[in-house]
Amino acid sequence: MKIIDATLEHDVKFANKMEKVRADFPILKLNVNGKPLVYLDSAASSQMAQPVIDRLVHYQTSQHANVHRGVHYLSEIATSEYESARQKLQRFVNAGEDREIIFTSGTTDAINLVMHGYGRKFIKADDEIILTTLEHHSNIVPWQMLAEETGAKIRVVPINDAGELLVDEYEKLFNHRTKFVGLIHVSNALGTINPVKQMIALAHKHGVPVLVDGAQATPHMKVDVQDLDCDFYVFSAHKMYGPTGVGMLYGKAKLLESMQPFKGGGEMIASVTFEKTTYNTIPHKFEAGTPPIAAAIGFGAAVDYMLGIGIEEIHTREMELLNYATELISELPGVNVIGTAPSKTSVLSFVIDGIHPHDIGTLLNQEGIAVRTGHHCAQPVMQRFKIPATSRASFAFYNNRSDVDAFIAGIHTVQKFLS
Amino acid sequence: MNAKSLYQEVILDHNRKPRNYGALDNANHHAVGHNPLCGDHLDISLNLENNQVDSIAFQGESCAICKASASMMTTVVKGKSRNDVEILIHEFRDMATGKLDLDNPHHLGRLTVFSGIQELPTRVKCAILPWHTLHAALNSEESASTENENDPVHMSAGNR
Repeated sequence: MKIIDATLEHDVKFANKMEKVRADFPILKLNVNGKPLVYLDSAASSQMAQPVIDRLVHYQTSQHANVHRGVHYLSEIATSEYESARQKLQRFVNAGEDREIIFTSGTTDAINLVMHGYGRKFIKADDEIILTTLEHHSNIVPWQMLAEETGAKIRVVPINDAGELLVDEYEKLFNHRTKFVGLIHVSNALGTINPVKQMIALAHKHGVPVLVDGAQATPHMKVDVQDLDCDFYVFSAHKMYGPTGVGMLYGKAKLLESMQPFKGGGEMIASVTFEKTTYNTIPHKFEAGTPPIAAAIGFGAAVDYMLGIGIEEIHTREMELLNYATELISELPGVNVIGTAPSKTSVLSFVIDGIHPHDIGTLLNQEGIAVRTGHHCAQPVMQRFKIPATSRASFAFYNNRSDVDAFIAGIHTVQKFLS
Repeated sequence: MNAKSLYQEVILDHNRKPRNYGALDNANHHAVGHNPLCGDHLDISLNLENNQVDSIAFQGESCAICKASASMMTTVVKGKSRNDVEILIHEFRDMATGKLDLDNPHHLGRLTVFSGIQELPTRVKCAILPWHTLHAALNSEESASTENENDPVHMSAGNR
């Protein structure tokens, strides 16, 4: 009699599917220092699948011209492909309208846009901006620059030992001077997924708009900006299997319309005389100059690629790898995982007793293993845990158990070598 | 370049048992060096007597390469004249950035165990940080920003 274990069969099918997906990424076939590449740095920048590379080549070989205004064939097709990428992104985050999607050069650029466009117009001396300990420097420094310029103040939400935001403390920070909240959706240093929906609702109770930095969220989970009810949501293509040099800002249309432009130039105007310039409507008001057309189209292709695999499948695969790696690394003596929130993305930040992260990084590289070492542009997080730096392995759906095994073996080697 | 050939036994030994580790009481020269890349910092204190390094100590948070470089540096510069130390600083920096031909006469001696660092550009700063900080300590009148401009690898070291 043949007994079929349905769960097992499903698991095998799933593993096979993901191995096929892995084969889409040509760079993963590289050898580094004579060893097969084990790429565990996708949280810094992810790799690109062949269909996305092909899309870029197709655009560049048969569709490229400058967008808008042109009346010739190539300009029309480039414009329509560029605008269709905007619509793909709109659907990806479920924005109400495509004019609420603004292409930027990345997450940092998008945050700076909001700081200049909204912050400099509406935030004044003694107003307060709430940020969290988990923020990436890109969601700290622009607001510090604004505070310096205007005399506004920055208040910071603390975290607990697991690396989770203290929502009660967050709530206590609000007062009549609170004018803005900047909130990271997923911590890049620790992987913590923050309760942003709840925190946005709390801010809105006080009439305060919220910007969510989603750079580490959109590669891993379904994001619905209308459901979150965030006022601004920003992220980058290159962490979601797309090209560098492009990212986007979602903003509620009403807010975007009330804001002043960030950069001046072509495309963002309706009419220009030396006496007066009238600005274009959104989104063009915020897209001065020739946009990153090819990259934006690649962004759209990357999103299509992700949806083709399925966000649920991506999540399942990454959690499987994270749990497997966490289990194995926890058995190693002298290794401590930093960031132990129950709700995490596939980021494993760790320290090893007596061994500096940079030595770990260099020696793992010797085994062909790419991890990130340092403060991860999140020095306040490092200060909170009283460490200068961590090593961070981050897993994407194209990694597999062999990658995790090689990583754990690599840690063994490092410990033996440097003890 | 095999990274393991950089982590030679002498370097590993100085990392495990750093020499002259700590702070000097009543040091007449002192500086703190920072590696902004990783947030590491190194604190160097020394006593110059008659233009000669009489005593020197270091402490701080750093990787094996940086710690071993600092440890070996303190053993080598102790007893040397200020001029000789400046020559060593210069030669060490040039070696780490691949500008020094080790076949030509130099004064680095066993410090040449660090010559492999030039093959690992991301780690050059780790090896140079102690030397840069020593330079800042010896020239305590110089500002940190001038240091930055002059440094081939844009390392920041500030006087405290």
